[in-house]
Amino acid sequence: MRSRIYGKLGDRAFTALLVVLGLAVMLVAVLLAWELASGGAEAFRTFGFWGFASGSAWNAVAEQFGAWPFLLGTLITSAVALALAFLPALAAAIAIAEYAPRWLAEVVAYLIDLLAALPSVVYGLWGIFVLVPLVRDRIEQPLFLWSAEHAPALMGVLGPPTGIGMLSAVLVLALMIVPYASSLARDAIHMVPRDQREAMYALGATRWEVVRRVVLPYARGGIFAGVVLALARAIGETMAVTMLIGNSGQLPYSVFGPAATMASLIANEFAEAEGGLQLSSLLAVGFLLLLLSLAVNLIADFILRRMSVGEGRK
Amino acid sequence: MEPLRMETENLTVHYGKSVGVRNVSLPVYDRKITALIGPSGCGKTTFLRALNRMHDLNPIVRIEGRVRLDGEDLYAPGVDPVAIRRRVGMVFQRPTPFPTMSIFENVVAGLRLVGVRDRERLMGVAERSLKAAALWDEVKDRLHEPAVGLSGGQQQRISIARALAVEPEVLLMDEPTSALDPISTQAIEDLLAGLKEQVTIVIVTHNMQQAARVSDYTAFFLNGDMIEFGPTERLFTNPSDPRTEAYITGRFG
Amino acid sequence: MNLRRRYLRDRVMVALVYLGTALVLLPLGFILLHVFTQGIGALNWAFFTQPPAPPGEGGGGMLPAIVGTFVIDLMALAMGGVLGLGGGVLMAEYPDHPLNRPLRLVANVLGGVPAILMGLFAFVLVVEPMGGFSAFSGAVALAILMIPIIMRATEEVLRILPWELREAGLALGLPRWRVTLSLILPAARGGIVTGLLLALARAAGEAAPLLFTAFGNPFLSFDPLGPMDSLPLKIYVYAISPYEDWIRQAWGAALLLALMLMVTNYLARRALRRS
Repeated sequence: MRSRIYGKLGDRAFTALLVVLGLAVMLVAVLLAWELASGGAEAFRTFGFWGFASGSAWNAVAEQFGAWPFLLGTLITSAVALALAFLPALAAAIAIAEYAPRWLAEVVAYLIDLLAALPSVVYGLWGIFVLVPLVRDRIEQPLFLWSAEHAPALMGVLGPPTGIGMLSAVLVLALMIVPYASSLARDAIHMVPRDQREAMYALGATRWEVVRRVVLPYARGGIFAGVVLALARAIGETMAVTMLIGNSGQLPYSVFGPAATMASLIANEFAEAEGGLQLSSLLAVGFLLLLLSLAVNLIADFILRRMSVGEGRK
Repeated sequence: MEPLRMETENLTVHYGKSVGVRNVSLPVYDRKITALIGPSGCGKTTFLRALNRMHDLNPIVRIEGRVRLDGEDLYAPGVDPVAIRRRVGMVFQRPTPFPTMSIFENVVAGLRLVGVRDRERLMGVAERSLKAAALWDEVKDRLHEPAVGLSGGQQQRISIARALAVEPEVLLMDEPTSALDPISTQAIEDLLAGLKEQVTIVIVTHNMQQAARVSDYTAFFLNGDMIEFGPTERLFTNPSDPRTEAYITGRFG
Repeated sequence: MNLRRRYLRDRVMVALVYLGTALVLLPLGFILLHVFTQGIGALNWAFFTQPPAPPGEGGGGMLPAIVGTFVIDLMALAMGGVLGLGGGVLMAEYPDHPLNRPLRLVANVLGGVPAILMGLFAFVLVVEPMGGFSAFSGAVALAILMIPIIMRATEEVLRILPWELREAGLALGLPRWRVTLSLILPAARGGIVTGLLLALARAAGEAAPLLFTAFGNPFLSFDPLGPMDSLPLKIYVYAISPYEDWIRQAWGAALLLALMLMVTNYLARRALRRS
């Protein structure tokens, strides 16, 4: 009798505890979205949701706030960074999973994991003191001088060659997402069954043909989902971008010039916000950033489900 | 004496420090079916994979001895494994259709490798191969559907058709029916009798009855050694080694 | 036969694949090299034992930030660990529970939320009502970051355990909660510790969620309700400062942080292997 109560009661209490913890996790997520939305409500009310999202002025003195320059900055920097990072990341994944001898693959994989774990501020620090001078002296100034002489029309497109700005931010972003994208692609490639490879080899395929015709098609779902997840990470990346992009509220009109992303805007202005409409506008930008990341993550999920071939078998 | 297609001479396969197959010399006769039998772990699959250099993919494997195809040593320096695998095809234990390809693309995958683009020729090969694999009637109306939608037995026949499409001289089969149901197994066994008109077959099987039913010659492996080789009928009715007799009468295995 | 051309293509692709790998590793190798060579010089006794010197004066150290990192991260681990473990156990051990589907969705969603938004959230939820920046609010932000990582890791390791283990326990007449606590969790200990450590390593490098929660504090503080410093924050502040000595210390802090993360990741791997 005693043990039955002990068992039943204990089970109930234990399940209840787990349910409470689970509900707490869900509450956190819901609250997070709610607080950002309600905090940004004032801004959305003042400018309208679309008006806020598409407004291109950000002026604390005039109390004019629009998220468009930052939305655009986020989209451009992450898309370009991803475009730069994709092929090298895939190449590294293929090298590790298919080509390199075991010991080399392990060393490279370890290095890549290590770099994926390196904090954003460290990338930012390196960016300020190594990348920015390099970009300024080796890329931006020569290009700028060249265009001043031969194609003055280009100067406006290039922007001031100070090193701090879009180009440096994009480059460091690309470096940061490469390890992440690469390790996701590597995981996807590792999931390809060995007999798939052997079947292609047995038809008289070279190594590359096996990769091209069997491994990559089989792993495509995981690889593309990884690409989109890397994009999501670039969208939310804050510190390194904040340290390098120059944080200008103007539309990102030039290649070298300063700009800002949604995340860098928040990081840069939030602590000094005067409250009221500015604070609300920053929270509203946070809400937009949340929506964008969610959308991108959902796309990744969708791709993984639709393009995977793994569970189609058996 | 029958004409030889392949033979091994003192073939030894090392797996790192251990030995998978020891000193095996085996003739493979042209357009006959040679069955390799023995308890699991006896080295028959290891031996089979040495016949088209599949072991090249595994760096810890080392091979000694000779494997000759039409008198030419497969492991001689300068011999290209890719070219060898084209002449010696392979079908695996589990069906391995390529899941991103249609039935048609699966069958002609080997031809695509060498750059055949001519649609008519590809279609001709696909039809011939699928007919040879006794699958044509079942799939001819849905050649462009994914191959993974087929049943396990059909998938295995796709794998066979795919191997036949490149017109290999020898077809290696590694327990091709062990993952299949009895009806599919029956279909594949029926198929083998017809196939040997065009191609020499070496088949590994864990199933002695299967070996007795389909093969012309049988080799019995035990612990990495080939214990006995002979015409199937003779080996099953009158084995010369007591270990062979013990195995085929079911005393171990 | 165009075998030679096919081999040529094979070679070219091998070269391209390795070229791409080099393209990945070279700059990243430079980063590691720089962090090490620039940082090693800053790591002296004062770095570990002194509070920061006033700007431009030179000297001083990182003691408040080092202590703060540990205090904030451990608080975060305590909070995130309880919630993450609870959620993970619920998902793995009660697969039919109606809460599971929404919980899994939430875990996925939370995992994709940018870290800076955790900081905004903790600001609105904790800093504003409590009337000031605090280590506690920073820990809340980091805990939210940890939850999905811990949940997913816990669920995964529990899923690997054979279902027979649970049946064996139930067959002995043990109630389900005893089976979970005394059989399942101990059996999965290694994997769970790995999840906790990975979450810790991930959170410990974050500066963004702390910018307007823990905020930073040049003085040594153990007060969870007051502002507190942390290494990532300090790196950020020092890196954008004009003072040479601060910049030098930023490199030192970057090296220290990188080493700490390496050790944590190493321990995480080891815990996984031993389980």
